[in-house]
Order: sequence, then structure tokens, then C-alpha cells
Amino acid sequence: MTVQLEAHIPSGPLAQKWGKHRFEMKLVSPANKRKHTIIVVGSGLAGGAAAATMSELGYNVKCFCFQDSPRRAHSIAAQGGINAAKNYQNDGDSIYRLFYDTLKGGDFRSREANVYRLAELSGNIIDQCVAQGVPFAREYGGLLSNRSFGGAQVSRTFYARGQTGQQLLLGAYQALERQIARGGVTMYPRTEMLDLVVIDGKARGIVVRDLVTGAIESHAGEAVVLATGGYANVFHLSTNAQGSNATAIWRAYKRGAAFANPCFTQIHPTCIPVSGEYQSKLTLMSESLRNDGRVWVSKEPGDKRDPRQIPENERDYYLERKYPSFGNLAPRDIASRAAKEVCDEGRGVGESGLGVYLDFADTIKRLGRDVIKERYGNLFEMYERITDEDPYEVPMRIYPAAHYTMGGLWVDYNLMSNVDGLHVTGEANFSDHGANRLGASALMQGLADGYFIIPNTIGHYLVSNKLEKVDASHAAFKAAEAEVAERTNRFLSIKGKRTVASFHRELGKIMWHYCGMSRNDAGLRTALKKIPELREEFWRDVNVPGSDVELNQALEKAGRVADFLELGELICLDALHRTESCGGHFREESQTADGEALRDDENFAYVAAWQYAGEGRSPVLNKEPLVFENVKLSQRSYK
Amino acid sequence: MNLTLHVWRQAGPRAPGKMVVYKAGDISPDMSFLEMLDVVNEGLTLRGEVPIAFDHDCREGICGMCSLMINGIAHGPMKGTATCQLHMRSFKDGDTIYIEPWRAGAFPVIKDLAVDRSALDRIIQAGGFITAATGGAQDANAVLVPKESVDGAMDAAACIGCGACVAACPNASASLFTAAKITHLGLLPQGQPERYRRALEMVDQMDLENFGSCTLHGECQEACPKEISIDTITRMNRDFIRGRLIGTRP
Amino acid sequence: MGRLRIFYASMVGKKVVMGVTGLIGVGFVIMHSLGNLLVFRGPAAINSYSHFLKSTGELLWGLRILLIVAVMFHVIAAVQLTLQSRAARPLAYTKQEHQAATVASRTMRWGGALLLVFIALHVLHFTTGTIRPAGVFSPDDVYANVVTSFRIWWVALFYVAVMVALGLHLFHGAWSSVRSVGVSPPSPQPLHHRISFAIALLVWAAFTAVPIAVAAGIVR
Ligand SMILES: Cc1cc2nc3c(=O)[nH]c(=O)nc-3n(C[C@H](O)[C@H](O)[C@H](O)COP(=O)(O)OP(=O)(O)OC[C@H]3O[C@@H](n4cnc5c(N)ncnc54)[C@H](O)[C@@H]3O)c2cc1C
Ligand code: HEM
Ligand code: FES
Repeated sequence: MTVQLEAHIPSGPLAQKWGKHRFEMKLVSPANKRKHTIIVVGSGLAGGAAAATMSELGYNVKCFCFQDSPRRAHSIAAQGGINAAKNYQNDGDSIYRLFYDTLKGGDFRSREANVYRLAELSGNIIDQCVAQGVPFAREYGGLLSNRSFGGAQVSRTFYARGQTGQQLLLGAYQALERQIARGGVTMYPRTEMLDLVVIDGKARGIVVRDLVTGAIESHAGEAVVLATGGYANVFHLSTNAQGSNATAIWRAYKRGAAFANPCFTQIHPTCIPVSGEYQSKLTLMSESLRNDGRVWVSKEPGDKRDPRQIPENERDYYLERKYPSFGNLAPRDIASRAAKEVCDEGRGVGESGLGVYLDFADTIKRLGRDVIKERYGNLFEMYERITDEDPYEVPMRIYPAAHYTMGGLWVDYNLMSNVDGLHVTGEANFSDHGANRLGASALMQGLADGYFIIPNTIGHYLVSNKLEKVDASHAAFKAAEAEVAERTNRFLSIKGKRTVASFHRELGKIMWHYCGMSRNDAGLRTALKKIPELREEFWRDVNVPGSDVELNQALEKAGRVADFLELGELICLDALHRTESCGGHFREESQTADGEALRDDENFAYVAAWQYAGEGRSPVLNKEPLVFENVKLSQRSYK
Repeated sequence: MNLTLHVWRQAGPRAPGKMVVYKAGDISPDMSFLEMLDVVNEGLTLRGEVPIAFDHDCREGICGMCSLMINGIAHGPMKGTATCQLHMRSFKDGDTIYIEPWRAGAFPVIKDLAVDRSALDRIIQAGGFITAATGGAQDANAVLVPKESVDGAMDAAACIGCGACVAACPNASASLFTAAKITHLGLLPQGQPERYRRALEMVDQMDLENFGSCTLHGECQEACPKEISIDTITRMNRDFIRGRLIGTRP
Repeated sequence: MGRLRIFYASMVGKKVVMGVTGLIGVGFVIMHSLGNLLVFRGPAAINSYSHFLKSTGELLWGLRILLIVAVMFHVIAAVQLTLQSRAARPLAYTKQEHQAATVASRTMRWGGALLLVFIALHVLHFTTGTIRPAGVFSPDDVYANVVTSFRIWWVALFYVAVMVALGLHLFHGAWSSVRSVGVSPPSPQPLHHRISFAIALLVWAAFTAVPIAVAAGIVR
């Protein structure tokens, strides 16, 4: 059964939609707000900002995170910065330009109205953060300073050293803690959401596990907001945190929420490569390094010589060769794919063969060591700390890594999913980045959603719907609790011979290999065969030690990996059906003569929103057509 | 590499704990310390034993979730580094490594090496914020902030809230954590209206959580993965004295 | 008064009190140690200095009361903070390696206790004359009291030993107290204690010189 996905985009000119909509939305009277309980799962930028702001408005908020403190959400890891169309540099920036850049960067696979609203709110975010005490970099005169970032021709990125995400999150976290102290928010750290409870078609609460005691509990409310971050850990190795998971949105999917564009995942080209089988995560190195480094591998497969011993004419500066005009500065997806190709040919470097050199020798010769040190000193240090190699002397080794997921739960203009009352914000939803996210735009989206959008739209939902009183003793909660408990016990009772981590690694390899930087029909079909087999083996042979009445990290991981084992299949299915290439989704079958991604607007200008159809049945594909009234679709070109 | 680990094992908050010896074989010097523990845990799991619980998340030195007292040093022997960024090449084949949880009355052990650091959140709740409800902010450039102030604020704001300062302090004091936040917000113009009130509230909460006092040993500064300076503590004391003796009006 | 009570109730308040009272002590020991050096200029010099001090009457008593009150607060706060800090770590580490703490900073508590005992004995010895290791005491002849006492090797040794403790206490204390009261300028290397090292060295050397000189027969 397909459902009608109604995006609820307000009518009127693009620039007036949000203002008009805000006026038209119904309001909850101040006295009534505290009678509404809102459940916010996630305390990152999207969740933390939402919980704090809704509490400020007077709602009764319950906020959940799996870490020991809301301050540790993975938003903390963002380094580069956050975009805003302030035009402080007087370089021609505007809301419209930020809107256009973001839409085009996403390869025209997102909604005009949503993206415009994002650009419109970007300035307010910076104002809000400065008021909270976020120490954005400044000039000597005291004005805010900007840098340029990823493709944009204007300088609109605000930053706080290399720790922008951390400082923005601390701003939201501190606002949240203030509300916790005031009693407006009840915080539940070390608590994992394991199911969504839908009553009479409306999301009315969640079932959680207290990760310290193992207790399974229910929380009821009038609306649920999921802000649980991205699912890049489906690739096992990624730049995400160890605990980053898809469980919350996956459980919601299984309760009826549509999952949009799951195959839109972003691979970042400059990460420190894998050093061994037991590697647990990949560390991002700023992309800016490609401004001064030259990327190369040996012309000979399996060349194990010290890179410094390889003579110039035996080196292949493949980016400069393939993309003479862009060279080492080829866009993220191109650079990532090219690295994969040379490694697939056996020419990769380092012990694992999964890496390419990023060589600064020429630049050091030209500009001197000091200049390089001033530009990249801290990055070089971080690199040396991890790899024990001195990049001033030996070329750096880099490799692409899974980084961000544009896909997520489908939401309408109000950030509500197709399940009434279930709202989704931040990286967990699919909304604003289309098929590819531009640098410094995720932080912007998380905060726009959290501070400015959801606190407004949630009130409209509460007033427009008749919500019966429901509490956690309702039969639907009891049933969901029983299911969660049953699942937990199943994990513990298998007592097989393989660790959870080994399954995660294996899934990651399948995903990376067949559904990573470039995808093709045969590969995806192979993955679609392998994943169910692996899942079957998981449920037969996994070993989850310990009990369910204590802190049990293996049990937590088992639940997350079990969900990845299902989500991975959906990602491949989506990638298989979308036979065009767009943004981060590169189908080998759909490329131009010189290997560029070739979009197919005629057949694929839509959001693919997948609907769960029950155990063992293929999910149903719903399509929300993307209508472009303001911009003309163009093919991205790097020539 | 082959290592001998002495690890604190404690089944739960109220259970007694003890140091247990494990052999860790086949460890690569390129592994991070936590990856080494992952390997040990996979081995324990396959042998039917309960793996060692330890906190971690980002594994890139920024979330502050990882902890561990390694050979008597908070976050291990490498300066300015959180445990997750410590690599095994800092150790030698055949080494014996002692691994203990953060120890402080205010940080009760949850299990093995994982402790409850919510006391730090409560210190922030008491006043570690600028009251600025969403929506009322003026333009971000309306107030000029000298670069020196922002840079100083950023130095202090870099705190990741890991609690290493408490763990390393011979008195189990949370002064560096508290002072870092007081300094971050107190150096910015936006933080001035609440500056003295903030210092009083946060210091009082620190007392209520039963942390120890500051002797200025400087252990916290050495242990801090973000190398936050104990100068911030001087600043905290100054704001506290001013607030208590003269009043909280800026 | 209420304000001060609330101030003192906090650990930071107590620490500030320790700092202020410690600084009073530092000032006192600097003066005292310099005064003692008059011994080297012969009986007349030191005895007349002592007479001068006693002739100030109320002023001397004012100072004495200040010092007594300071030591009282210093000691009470020290005991309270020590107890609180002990309680803050109920279970010690199996292994703990200090990275920055110095011998001085780590001996503040035991060293302080030793100083307290010393202060009591010292007052009973030279001020009131209650304890007379040499059997004689003359309220008017400080010089004689010093020389007769320090000729006894174990008295000299005791003083010399305690002065090591005092030197250490000052090395950390003179530095930390300034920071505790919140007036230290930020520095790139806040753990460098140059000035307090100089103060500690000065006071230690001046105080130690007298018993050594007497014991060695340089001052008779
Ligand atoms: C290394 C790195 C660098 C980046 N750099 C930039 C950058 O420079 N600029 C930029 O714009 N973007 C950047 N990004 C992307 C950006 O940081 C993220 O997309 C964004 O912060 C996500 O925010 P969020 O609030 O949606 O999710 P998160 O911050 O990931 O928060 C998720 C929250 O949900 C909770 N949660 C998750 N699952 C559950 C569950 N089942 N039960 C209970 N709670 C749960 C978690 O505890 C957490 O609180 C970067 C990302 C990474 C990984
Ligand atoms: C000659 C006498 C003394 C002098 C000059 C002196 C001086 C000082 C100074 C300057 C400090 C530093 C205070 C700070 O950091 O704020 C200090 C700390 C300390 N003093 Fe003394 N002191 C003396 C006697 C004593 C005595 C008798 C005790 C007895 C118990 C004592 C115990 C301590 C302790 C425990 C500390 C460290 C407290 C802490 O930081 O937790 N001192 N002293
Ligand atoms: S795991 Fe995040 S700081 Fe170490």
C-alpha cells in the first residue's frame, strides 16, 4: 500500500513562504503549553536546541541520549564551520545565493522551499549562538571572521578554531542544562530509545532501555521528535562516533515512518586510512589540505617502496592527469571515487593498500616548511599522533571514509514524518541536502531545525489535532515493552561463536565494497544477497555476553548492528532502483563519456520514500516529486 | 606486542571491585589504546567471560566520553591527549599496564571502568550558561568582542568535560572544570550580566557534589587533554570573592 | 558578618582565607628571619631590636593577635579542607603517578602540621621561656637564649629540620596563596614559581643560618 506523501509546502513566493506559514500556524496558549509533554530523542544540535527552546516556550520536555551527558552528542566532532548568509564580508552573499548553492550542491534532489527556509534562518542562528557565548573567531577589530568552504565562491563560514561543532553544541547544551535546572526539561542520559509507540495513527511515546540498570521503560507524550543523527556507521568504519546508530529511526520506520533516499550517503575524501583489521573509526583530516598537497600513487601495482624512493616518472598524479583543470581540487565525490579506483587496481599505498599519498614535498620546496607549518601545523600534528609518520618528511596517506548521510526519515515542511506527531530533525531526517551535502551546512540545518523550526511547527500540530490522554500504562506501550524485552533476551540467548563486532565489520565491508563510492547493478545485487545471509548468520551465531540488568555495551551494540543489518539492505535496494547518478550516489551505468555523474531528471527528480511492509516483504516505494519553480536544473560540471 | 594488563573490575555500583590481571597478545603498535581494549574484549567474549566496560564514543578526542587512569596517569602518558587518541606505540612489548577508573566520590563507578560524571552536568546547570532564550538575539556583529577576549574564552571553552582534572587531582577537586566554564563565559561581553552570580552558583554546586578543594598542585592542567590552564582557577576565585563580598551586580 | 560566614562556608572561601592568612604568615616569617640575622651583629644589635619590639606595647600585641588569629584560621581551614579533600576520594588509586605536583605541594599538610607543633614549641621556648633546653632563660637577653640553646646539638638540629619544612611550605605556599586570593596575573607557564622560590630560599637560609652558626661555633 503506498501512502500519499504530502509535503505541505505553503503557497506563495519562495521568500514569503516561511513568514506566511508562521502566521498561519495555530498557536498554543501559554497556559496550555506546560500541559503538553514532548519527547525529544537526541541531544545533539538538532535535539538539544529543540529541547531547550521548547522548554523555554513552556512545554514539558523529556530529552534522551545514549551518552552519559547531552554534551557528548556527535555534533561535537564537527571541525570546519557553519554557514550563514550574513554577507559580513560584502562579497555578494545573500539568502538566495546560499539557497542556490545548497540546492545545487545537493544535485537538485531537495525541496526548494525547505532549502530556502534554511538559508533564511541561517543568520538568526549565528546571532543566537553569539548571544549564548559561542566564541566564534573574530578579527582584531572585534567583528566576526569568516572563511570560505567547499565550493562556495563567497566567504560565509563561521568557525571557532577547529572546534565549531563542539562550541555550537556547548551553546545548546548549556541552554538545555539551564532548562533542566528550571524543571522544564527532564534529561535521560544513558538511555536508548528502542521503539516508537503509535496509538490511533499518532506517535504517542517511546520505549527505552536504561543503559545502566537495563530497565525497559515507556514514556508517553503528545508528540515525539527524533534527532538521533546519521547512520554512516552502517559502513562500520566512518567518521561517526562509536555509538552513532540508526536504531531510533529504524524502529520508527518499522512503525510506519517512510525512510527517504537511504542511498544518499557522503564519502569524505581526506581521512586517515585504516591501519589494521581492528580499526574502530576513521579520523577526518580537513579538506583544505588538498590546496597544497599533490595526490599520487605508484604506476606499478603492489609497489612497496618507500615513497621517497619512487622516482617522479614512476608516479601517477592521477587527479592531475584525469582532471587537468581541477587537479587535486576536484570535488569530494570525484576525488573519493578516483582514490577507490586506483586502490582497486592494486596501486593503493600503505600496509592495507587502501590509501593514496597526499604529498607536500613540492610545496615545502616552493614555500618553505614554515609556511606549511603555519597553514596546517595542527593537522600535521594530529596526523603524526595517529600514524607516527612525519608528514613534513613522508607523504601523508589518506583515504575516503563514510562521513554523512543525507538520507533519513521522510518529513514534510513542518518536519513531521508521515506518522502524525512523529517529527524528525537534524541529520536523522532527509530534508535539506538532497544527494550531497555541502561543507558547513549540517550544523546550520541542525540548529535551524532545533532552534527555529520545530518549536514553531510542533505547536501547530498540537492544536490542530485532538490528542486523547494517553499514559505509559496503555496496552500499546505494554506490547512494545514486551517486544523490546523479547528482542533483548533473544540476543542474550543465542550464545553463538561470533562477536557482534565481527558482524559489524563484515557488514561494513559489504556496504563499502558494493554500495560505497561507486555502485553498479551487479554489485548491488550481490550485496542484496549477502546482507540477508549475514543477518541470518547473526541471529544464529552471535555471542552477546553478560546480562540485561546491567551496563552491557555488547548488548547495546548488538541491537544497533542488528538494525544496520536491515538498514543496509534498504540502502542497497534504494541504490539499485535509482539508476541515475547524482551527488554522492554514483551509478557506474550513468556517467558521461569522461566519467562524470550523469543525472536523470526526467525519471528521478523525486524523493524515494520507502515504507515498511512487514517482515519478509519488500518495502514499498513512494515517490514525492520534486518541483522546481525558481531554479533551472543544470548538470554540475567541473571543467 | 604482548602486554600484561591489571584492570579494575567491578560488577556494579555497589559491588566490591578488584584489580584483575589479563594478558593481551598480538597487539599492534598502530592500535589506539581503546582498540587494544576492544581486542581484549573480543577475546573475553569468545572465552565466555564478561568484557570490560569502559566509556568512549567519538574516539577522536573531542566528546570527552573516554576516561581511564593508565599507569597512574589520567588519559595515559601522552600530554594533551585523551585516551582514545593514545596509541599503543607509547608502550613497549612486555609492558605491564594498570588501568583504573576515574576515582572520586563524586564519580561513582557504574561498572568496571565506567563512572557516573553527572555531577559535572549539575555544575553547569547551576550557572554554566548565558541566559539567552532563543529568539531575542541582536545581530551577531552588534557587540564588538576583542580578539584577545575571544581567544582567551576559546582556550577555556575547549574543555571536553571528561573529568580528567578531577581524576588526576590528589584532592579530587573539580576546580579546573568549573573555572574553565567561568572563564569562557566571563571573558565575553555577553557573559557579563551573570558573571558573579554564575561564579557563586557554580562554586556552591561544586561543594554540594562533594569534590575536594584546590591546592594548586597543577595535576589537572597536566592531565587535561585540552591543556586548559590553571590560570582559570585564579579567575574563578577572583569572581567568587568579588561576588560574595561585594555583590553580584556587575 | 553573615556574608563572611557564607563566604567561609565554601571551599573556595576557605581556600581564600588560607591564602590571606598564609600571606600574613609569609610577611611575618620574612621579617622575622631578617630580624634574626641581627644575631650576627652581636648581642647588642639583636637585644636592642628585641627591646624595641617590646617597647611598642599595644602595637606588638596587635600584631601578635593578628598572627594568632591568622594561624588559627589557617590551621582550622587547613584541617577542614584536608578532611573534605580526603573524603572526596574514598578509594585511592592502586597506582598514581604525579605529573606536576612537587614535593612542596604534596607536603603542605604534614609540613603544616609540623610547623604547628613547632610554632607552639618555639613560643614556649623563646617567647615565654617555659621550655628551657639549656636550663637557663633570660627575658631580656635574647642573644644569650639563642646561643645557649643552639649549642645543644639536637635543639639546633630540630630547628634546622623544621626550617626545611618551612622552606618547602613557603615554596608552594607563597606562590599558591597569591593565586588563591585571585590576584595572580595569567602567565604562559603558571607552574613556574620563581618568586616564591626566592622567598622560600631567603627565609630558609636566614632561619637556618643562626642555629648552624651557633652550633658551628661561629656565633658564640
Ligand atoms: C567528523 C565530522 C565532522 C563534521 N564537520 C562538519 C562541519 O564542519 N560542518 C558541518 O556543518 N557539519 C559537519 N559535520 C556533520 C554534522 O556534525 C552532523 O551532521 C550534525 O552535527 C548532526 O547533528 P544531530 O543533532 O542531527 O545529531 P548528533 O549530534 O549525532 O546527535 C544525535 C543524538 O541522538 C542521540 N541518540 C542517537 N540514537 C539514539 C537512541 N537510539 N536513543 C537515544 N538517543 C539516541 C545521541 O545520544 C545524540 O544525543 C561533521 C560530522 C562529522 C562526523
Ligand atoms: C609559619 C607559618 C606558616 C606559614 C607562613 C604558612 C603559609 C602558607 C601559605 C602561604 C599557604 C598557601 C595558601 C594558599 O595556597 O592559598 C599555606 C597553605 C597551607 N598551609 Fe600553611 N603556613 C604556616 C603554617 C601552617 C600551619 C601551622 C599549618 C598547620 C596545619 C599549615 C597548613 C597548611 C596547609 C595544609 C596548606 C595547604 C592548604 C591547601 O591548599 O589545601 N600551615 N600555608
Ligand atoms: S572517545 Fe571522545 S574524547 Fe575520547
